[in-house]
Amino acid sequence: MTPQARQRHHKPRPPRALLPLAIIGFTLVTLPLVGLLWRTPWSDLIGLLAKPMIAEALRLSVITSLAAAALSTLLGVPLAWFLARYHFPGHALLRGLVILPMVLPPVVGGAALLFAFGRQGLVGRPAYDATGFLLPFSLWGVIVATTFISLPFLVLTVESGLRNLDQRYEAAAATLGARRWTVFWRITLPLISPSLASGIVLAWARALGEFGATITFAGNLQSKTQTMPLAVFVALQQDRGAAIVLSLVLVSISLTVLVALRTRWWPAR
Amino acid sequence: MRLAKHTALLSAAALLSVACNVAPRSAAKEVVVFAAASLTDAFAEIEIAFEQLNPAIDIVVNYGASSTLRMQIIEGAPVDVFASANTANMNSIVNAGESATSPRIFALNNLEIAVPRGNPGEVVGLSDFANPDLLIGICAFQVPCGELGATALANAQVTPSLDTTELNVKALLSRVEAGELDAGLVYRTDIAAADGRVEGIPLDTDINVEASYPITVLSRAGNPIPAGAFVAFVLSKQGSSILARFGFLLP
Repeated sequence: MTPQARQRHHKPRPPRALLPLAIIGFTLVTLPLVGLLWRTPWSDLIGLLAKPMIAEALRLSVITSLAAAALSTLLGVPLAWFLARYHFPGHALLRGLVILPMVLPPVVGGAALLFAFGRQGLVGRPAYDATGFLLPFSLWGVIVATTFISLPFLVLTVESGLRNLDQRYEAAAATLGARRWTVFWRITLPLISPSLASGIVLAWARALGEFGATITFAGNLQSKTQTMPLAVFVALQQDRGAAIVLSLVLVSISLTVLVALRTRWWPAR
Repeated sequence: MRLAKHTALLSAAALLSVACNVAPRSAAKEVVVFAAASLTDAFAEIEIAFEQLNPAIDIVVNYGASSTLRMQIIEGAPVDVFASANTANMNSIVNAGESATSPRIFALNNLEIAVPRGNPGEVVGLSDFANPDLLIGICAFQVPCGELGATALANAQVTPSLDTTELNVKALLSRVEAGELDAGLVYRTDIAAADGRVEGIPLDTDINVEASYPITVLSRAGNPIPAGAFVAFVLSKQGSSILARFGFLLP
């Protein structure tokens, strides 16, 4: 049998040389987690978990990360659809601008948000003068900052789903008389649901861990704008045990959701 | 041919370095100083004055919240000198066996209210910190300026209506300066350093709290002798006069 023929019967395997590199990569990612567990003050765990700071930060993190994921979906799906389906001069530039928050240092993003929506900002100032409404130092400020950071994750994932979609299904539905809205709702969305689901989860996970843009734009106040990552950083200044417990809670939630979704909702094919 | 080109380039580079007098720089002994964020401007000047007197020593300063710096030192950051904005962080360095000398107080500081230029919130004193219509910030209680701020507010019997608790005093000051906050409680030295970009409102002396700034050479210092020389300079008459110029009080 030629090697090519043998290939047809066995699953192709990656070259062995890749394995050590994969192991190094895995270690790089997991060793800090082991370090976290190693430093965890297990005997004080219950007492530390009962601290009001932790419960309040957790509540804020859950609310804001879910809101950011929802807003990212609401705004990101149309944006991804537009980017995937329309081609026009400046398309690459527009796409670059949309995914810019992924590469921008989050603190810079937060400062830019202030220049736009702060009390002295481009839009923020007239809005504040007219209505007294202010985004910074509020829960809405946290949601805007985290959405700013997590939106590109959703857009990129959904856009690639839309590009890989076989457009003949949509064409067939349209031929059968379905209106554009019906085609989008009944054909396009169900067909891209796997990438939509990954996009939502990625956006949610990124929002949950967001620190720099949030603290720069929305400030830091316990039970108002202090999410889990902010609480971890604040606690690190003084109470190391609390910081570690907070991190552990954050890691457990993220890992549980990521694993559960992967195995139950959209298992790897 | 290529060799000739390289030689020409190298000699040009050598000439340039002689011309700019940058050569001794590489031979200088580096002293890494971790200093509280509130020392930023004063230490920048002290660094220049010290290096002029000691051209063979290169001072590199990293500024941050004293608590963050303390943590990095205990985690093994390669640091020669630590200048903290309070005694608590210095004490935990000493207790961890990280201090080579017994720390000495080189400066004192106290708090003042910072308001944006023109005082748009019409703030007159700490009692305004209870006004929910104003945007008010202090430092987080976990960092020295926040701890002092909480004490001052307690002394004044004011329950503040806060909008943010910042992790370092410079971040708080820049929010006041930008007009995002109507008032913030910062060090008097921060207002001196802001050079008119914010206005200061002093606190009554019976409410105000004093911060002590200790400095020490660390036990794992790579260059303990030049590090000691830097600490001595900070404590000297010349160092003190620079600190005083930036609004610090002297012990």
